[in-house]
Amino acid sequence: MRTGGHVGALVPGLLLAWDAATGGLSVDPVKELTQRTGKDAFVLLVLSLAVGPIVRITGLRTVAPLARILGLYAFGYATLHLLAFVGLDFGFRGDLIVDGVLEKRFALIGLTAFLILLVLTATSTRARVRRLGPIWKRIHRLAYLAGAFATLHYLWAVKTITREQLAWAGVVGVLLALRLPEAAGLFVLTRRKLTRERPPRDGPPTAES
Amino acid sequence: MNRIDPSEITPEHIYLSRRSFMVGVAATAGAAVLAGCEVGGDTGTSGEGASTTVGTPGSTGAATDELGQGLTSYEAVTTYNNFYEFTVDKEEVAEKAADFVSTPWTLEVGGLVDSPRTFTIADLLALLPEEERIYRMRCVEGWSMVIPWLGIPLGALLEMVGPTSEARFVRFQSIDDPEHLPGQKKYSYDWPYIEGLRLDEATHDLTLLSTGLYGKRLLPQNGAPIRLVVPWKYGFKSIKSIVKIELVREMPVSFWMASSPREYGFYANVNPTVDHPRWSQKAERRIGEFGRRDTLMFNGYDEVASLYEGMDLRKDF
Repeated sequence: MRTGGHVGALVPGLLLAWDAATGGLSVDPVKELTQRTGKDAFVLLVLSLAVGPIVRITGLRTVAPLARILGLYAFGYATLHLLAFVGLDFGFRGDLIVDGVLEKRFALIGLTAFLILLVLTATSTRARVRRLGPIWKRIHRLAYLAGAFATLHYLWAVKTITREQLAWAGVVGVLLALRLPEAAGLFVLTRRKLTRERPPRDGPPTAES
Repeated sequence: MNRIDPSEITPEHIYLSRRSFMVGVAATAGAAVLAGCEVGGDTGTSGEGASTTVGTPGSTGAATDELGQGLTSYEAVTTYNNFYEFTVDKEEVAEKAADFVSTPWTLEVGGLVDSPRTFTIADLLALLPEEERIYRMRCVEGWSMVIPWLGIPLGALLEMVGPTSEARFVRFQSIDDPEHLPGQKKYSYDWPYIEGLRLDEATHDLTLLSTGLYGKRLLPQNGAPIRLVVPWKYGFKSIKSIVKIELVREMPVSFWMASSPREYGFYANVNPTVDHPRWSQKAERRIGEFGRRDTLMFNGYDEVASLYEGMDLRKDF
């Protein structure tokens, strides 16, 4: 499962590197590199956020480590995206970057999402997880906030919002809604339906309950 | 039908090497003339090689502009276009414009002139020799290219029709044909596309009526068969696929002035110190490069500065 996560998350980056090396990027490579790294970061972040609900609904605990792996890759692609913006696009020129950000205010929303991912990445080692204890869980709930900011950034950045972007916004909306306390009952119900063959009362207690 | 199959288009590197070959041929021919009469018969043979290329009598043979900046690739010039008559997506214009037929074509030149005339493209090219001009093109959106154009100076054409003493501006009109221009059906702008120049701008030596680029006839996405090129102004002033040129008394209202007067003025000179209301004009991305270049006043064509002496270019943007 872990290997699958690594491979899956590396594929878009390798494709991008291949296209860049073989001249497969459009006549506006800056735009393509910026947009593709941004999209990859966004998709991986959404998938990472989806891991929790999937585990809660299906009880498949083996997929749980993917949340961390995909989250870390999301941060990686977000870093490339930011570098493409300040470096490839603006040539690391402060004055031009300030002007650029003032024109594209959505860049600030994206930057906020990036900073959250930075904090999450910095606190993702086993040692940190252990040391921070219960606070760690609270900090890592910020991933949902990053997801919300990333979605806003994405929808705002595109010229015209297409069905695809609306669908992504819908997915993130559902993932956020599942965090509401009211959603907890839904998980219990769904899981009961999935495991109806074994009535929970009569069976032995499962590891999670 | 005089459409050019993409396979016939000279790739950029061959174009460049052919030009350096031609420069070599010219130098050899020149040397032969200097050397005397004994090789006189050979110079004619050498000349034939040069004449098979679409006429580039004014060709400088250079692969850069006068500032030493390299040409933008033929691919980029022909696949990255702003031409709303087809689509607003720059990278889709070439495809959407592929079936556009620009022959036969007539260009009407009239208004306040002594002898109004209607030209075919062949008429024009027979009357006025095509020149090659390597110009920077700066789009108001913040990107730029360096393009080797072929064309005739607009001033020479205007001289032929003779503007009257009342003529002060030149008004240009693009083709109006919603049946063949999907953008004219799709987008609710005030079609057709209109542009204008002051008479002294129009007759400036830099101002070109272009009929080709990279040694070939213009492709539809670049404004076939004839378009304006005013290199010191933002790209949108260089109106494409022109059907009518009129000499007028009053300042024409351009397409973009009509559409958003707060954002676009009549002059639209490239000016890094006057920002567009929605974005900075300090720097530009040269297509094919990473990072940004500083935008130059009048796009680096300082020789036009005298046209605007005493004007407030913040007000007359």
